[in-house]
Amino acid sequence: MKVLLRNPKRELVIDGKRSVNALLTQLDLPRESHLVICNGTLVPGDADLTDDDVVEIRPVISGGA
Amino acid sequence: MVAVGSKCRTCKAPAIIDLPRHNAHFCAEHFLELCRRQVVKAIEKFDMLSKDDRVLVAVSGGKDSLAVWDMLIELGYQADGLYLGLGIGDYSDTSAVYARNFAAERGLHLIEVSLRADYGYDVPTASRATKRVPCSACGISKRHLFDSEALKGGYTVLVTGHNLDDEAAVLFGNTLRWDVEYLARQAPVLPARNGFPKKVKPLVRLTEREMAAWCIVRGIDYLVEECPMAVGNKHLAYKAALNEIERQSPGSKAAFYLNFLDNMAPLLTGITAAATDSLQECTSCGAPTTGDMCAFCRLAEKASAHEPVPVELVIGKGRKR
Ligand code: SF4
Ligand SMILES: [Zn+2]
Ligand SMILES: [Zn+2]
Repeated sequence: MKVLLRNPKRELVIDGKRSVNALLTQLDLPRESHLVICNGTLVPGDADLTDDDVVEIRPVISGGA
Repeated sequence: MVAVGSKCRTCKAPAIIDLPRHNAHFCAEHFLELCRRQVVKAIEKFDMLSKDDRVLVAVSGGKDSLAVWDMLIELGYQADGLYLGLGIGDYSDTSAVYARNFAAERGLHLIEVSLRADYGYDVPTASRATKRVPCSACGISKRHLFDSEALKGGYTVLVTGHNLDDEAAVLFGNTLRWDVEYLARQAPVLPARNGFPKKVKPLVRLTEREMAAWCIVRGIDYLVEECPMAVGNKHLAYKAALNEIERQSPGSKAAFYLNFLDNMAPLLTGITAAATDSLQECTSCGAPTTGDMCAFCRLAEKASAHEPVPVELVIGKGRKR
C-alpha cells in the first residue's frame, strides 16, 4: 500500500495486509493524535488495509496557544 | 481495503471512526450527530450563545476554527469570521487561502486583518523585537485584535476554536505551576466586561482528533501543515503527555478538564474578580489594561519600529518557552 505521511509530507510503500492500528503501531504513531484515511474515506482502527490501498495518515495535533 | 469489522454503535452500519473515550465506533452520520450534541451541550451548560447573538468566529484556516464556524452555521447561529494575517511566511499565506475559500464556498462573511499591512509588524519581527517566544508575541496580538475587532464590528460574542486537547494542555501547564490566577481565568466562557467582548469556546467537549474527523467527513478543506513556530513548544509537550495517559486510560483527558470546571473552578471565582477591578484605559488604544499602555500597544510600538525579521530566523525559539 501507498502511505502518505504529513508534517513533513512524505510517502512510504508498505507490503502486506494489516489493520489500521497495526500500521500506526508499526510506524510508532499514537492513535489519539492521528486519523487514517483509506482511498478517501476515514477508517477505524480495526479496518484492514491491503496492498492496493492508498492511505493517508493525518496528524491532528496543533501547537500554539 | 477489505471488510471493516466494527459497526456503528447507533445504527450498526460500518463504522468510520473509533472513539476509545466513548468505548464505541460510529458511522459518519452518527459521528456528526455526536459532535453536534457535544457542542449543543457546551453551549447550553455554559450559556455561551443565543440565536439573537451576533457571533464573530476567530478563523485560522485550521481544522478547529473552520469546524466550529461550520457547526454554528449548521445550528442556525449568525456567525461571521475573522482572519488575522500573522505574517508567518508561507504558513500564513496558505492559511489565508483556506479561510477565504471556506467562506466563499458557503457565502459567509470573512473579515480580514493583517498585522503587517494594518499594524506595521508581523509575528517573527515582534518575537525578535520584544525578545518574546513567537507564540507569546502571537498570543498578545491575537487576543487584542480579536477583542477589538469584535467590539468594532458590534458583535456580541467572540468564538474561538479551542478544543478539549487545547484546554486540557493549558490546564496541565497551569497546574504544574499552580498558577492560581491563570487557573481562575480558565473558563470556557468569559463574560463581557468593560472593554472586553464575551468570549466562548464551544468545542471544549470535543477532542482535536474528533475535530479533524468532522472536517474530513464534512469535506472541509483545512490547513493540515503546522505553524512552523510551534515546533518544540511546551503546549505540544503537554498534549503529548496527556495523550499518552489517554492511551492507557481512555477518557482521562475529558475527566481532567471537565471535572476541573465542575469541581475546582467554582472554588476560584473570587480570584478573577479582584484582578479585573484594578484595570484602567490604555493611553494609546483605550483597551483595558493594568499599566499606562496595554501589552499589545507596547508590543506593536516596538515591533513596527524594528526592521522585518524573516520566519527562518525565529523558528525553533519556542523551545525556550
Ligand atoms: S503556533 Fe504560536 S506563533 Fe504559530 S499561530 Fe500558534 S500561537 Fe501563533
Ligand atoms: Zn450509525
Ligand atoms: Zn493599547
